[in-house]
Amino acid sequence: MEPITRITSRTVVMASSNIDTDQIIPARFLTTTTREGLGAALFADWRYDASGHPKPDFILNTPEAQGCRVLVAGPNIGCGSSREHAPWSLLDYGFQAVISTEIADIFRNNSLKNGLLPVIVDEATHAWLLAHPGAEVAVDLERRVLDLPDGRSVSFPLEPFARYCLMNGVDELGFLLSKLPDIERYERSHAK
Amino acid sequence: MTARTMFEKVWSAHEVVQETADTPAVLYIDLHLTHEVTSPQAFSVLRAGGLPVRRLDRTVATLDHSTPTDREQIFGGVPIKLESARKQVEQLERNAAEFGVELIGLRSDKRGIVHIIGPELGLTQPGKTIVCGDSHTSTHGAFGALAFGIGTTEVGHVLATQCLLQRKPRTCAVTVNGRLPAGVTAKDLVLAIIGRMGVSGGTGHVLEYRGEAIRALSMEERMTVCNMSIEAGARAGMVAPDETTYAYLKGRPRVPQGEAWDRALAEWRQLPSDPGAAFDREVVLDASTLEPMITWGTNPGMVAPLSGHIPSSGDDVFRKALDYMGFEPGEPLAGKKVDVVFVGSCTNGRLNDLREVARILRGRRVARGVTMLIVPGSQQVKREAEAEGLDQVFKSAGADWRESGCSMCLGMNGDTVQAGKYSVSTSNRNFEGRQGKGARTLLASPATAAAAAVTGFITDPRELLS
Ligand code: SF4
Repeated sequence: MEPITRITSRTVVMASSNIDTDQIIPARFLTTTTREGLGAALFADWRYDASGHPKPDFILNTPEAQGCRVLVAGPNIGCGSSREHAPWSLLDYGFQAVISTEIADIFRNNSLKNGLLPVIVDEATHAWLLAHPGAEVAVDLERRVLDLPDGRSVSFPLEPFARYCLMNGVDELGFLLSKLPDIERYERSHAK
Repeated sequence: MTARTMFEKVWSAHEVVQETADTPAVLYIDLHLTHEVTSPQAFSVLRAGGLPVRRLDRTVATLDHSTPTDREQIFGGVPIKLESARKQVEQLERNAAEFGVELIGLRSDKRGIVHIIGPELGLTQPGKTIVCGDSHTSTHGAFGALAFGIGTTEVGHVLATQCLLQRKPRTCAVTVNGRLPAGVTAKDLVLAIIGRMGVSGGTGHVLEYRGEAIRALSMEERMTVCNMSIEAGARAGMVAPDETTYAYLKGRPRVPQGEAWDRALAEWRQLPSDPGAAFDREVVLDASTLEPMITWGTNPGMVAPLSGHIPSSGDDVFRKALDYMGFEPGEPLAGKKVDVVFVGSCTNGRLNDLREVARILRGRRVARGVTMLIVPGSQQVKREAEAEGLDQVFKSAGADWRESGCSMCLGMNGDTVQAGKYSVSTSNRNFEGRQGKGARTLLASPATAAAAAVTGFITDPRELLS
């Protein structure tokens, strides 16, 4: 994974609350056996009409949304299915960060492991972001803050180890493999 | 020693390396269940790194999500029609063979939904850590296991190291006092809990269900409750093991036998939370006031008693949900028209659920214009149901009786609800499009689903049972 230190982008706002992973990518697209190419299926049921054409009024199909890499979602995004296809499709589409007041556990974990930054902000900041679609923001991992265009910096929680891995491009599997001696010791002492 | 919760006991017994401020804990996993949808990319990572599966004896794979429920495509020698599904099935067969993983395969008489066969085979046991690339892994917590869903990257971690990097979650006690009234089921109870907590109310927490009403539930009913913990956003749900648990497990193929059973039992008896153990939060409900419940919106927290009404006002999200469902604010729920009824899933696809359905269908017919699909949770459930003649009850009523699998719970195998149609489903998610693009899902108990099937309308099942 490439190291990530700072992401700067305009925002796209999808104000719906409780956007579940079935919306992010519907089940019929899960029959893939690779991680690639899922961006086309992102929000498929909201994005395309019955004949597969982009719905002009859906936010991701508007001209303003093009090239935005930060998604501001309504309260609580990512609930439901554990499908890692959800962050894969967001990343493949081009998103690099998702901002909300609450982000569901499994989705947040899956996102961190793939370099999609889950940014949890307080309600006032969230309200400001919802009211200012297209705002130029920066997610700064070094300082663990979200920089807003009016000069404010809002800190957000980020598990220190996940942050370390993201900033150094470290693969967690490599870290776990380095713990094999501890794992073997545990197994020996728990063998029945 | 300080009083500890059941979660804390299981957690600390599995810490290979304790967490610090800088690093999460390395948590040992006793049982890893895998299926065809969330594992292919994990096996690819192993292959790319030249890594073996570390503990084949702790890894079991099965096929459930995209498998057909039509007999011909499984036993009739015809290939799986849906090409993408067929590929995924073949991929897991290849991966299992290459890495030596035990696969409960397509034609195995033990096959079924992963969360149904784990307990059935006795793989699921108290005190274990259990993971699967599937959010409803919370089901196994009914046995006093710490069981939770993981993503595909983590599936790879467990395959390669039998461990996960985890931060310790918080705990929340869900205390359910009193007894459920007659005709009110475990599904109604868990829908009421989610209605109370909201779909993100449990985020970051492991729930422990306790209290008189929980103790009175059968293992199957406890599984229904724990299954939907994730629908309240919780990481996992747990119920302390007791005599009900041990009676269920005794003699199952994969549980310890003989002296080993006695030793296991002695350990399991230590698991329940100590008196006075502190939880980070508590939610309290009174079971005796509950009624049959049904969802009216597009997440499981949008739920009301069946005798009630859709709320009369709400925010944008509320309006969007009603718009999708084609409902008006303030409408009564009873009497709404139904097109499809689905009985099955890891929430309500067990034998007791099918018996509930048969109680209502016996001597009745599925209403004109309603399609009813009954999908047993496993091949074992199917055999047991057939041995009791339940399949005959279903077929004479005009319902469709299938082979086991996830089926219409998520509509990956081609079993879907058409756009705009109303489906009363015993599954666990009523998200937009969950059962098919544009499908409108109302979640309810097996009894409520059966009552809707025979009347064609949302009906209180108690009216048909008296
Ligand atoms: S039955 Fe439904 S919820 Fe359960 S494992 Fe299958 S798809 Fe998931």
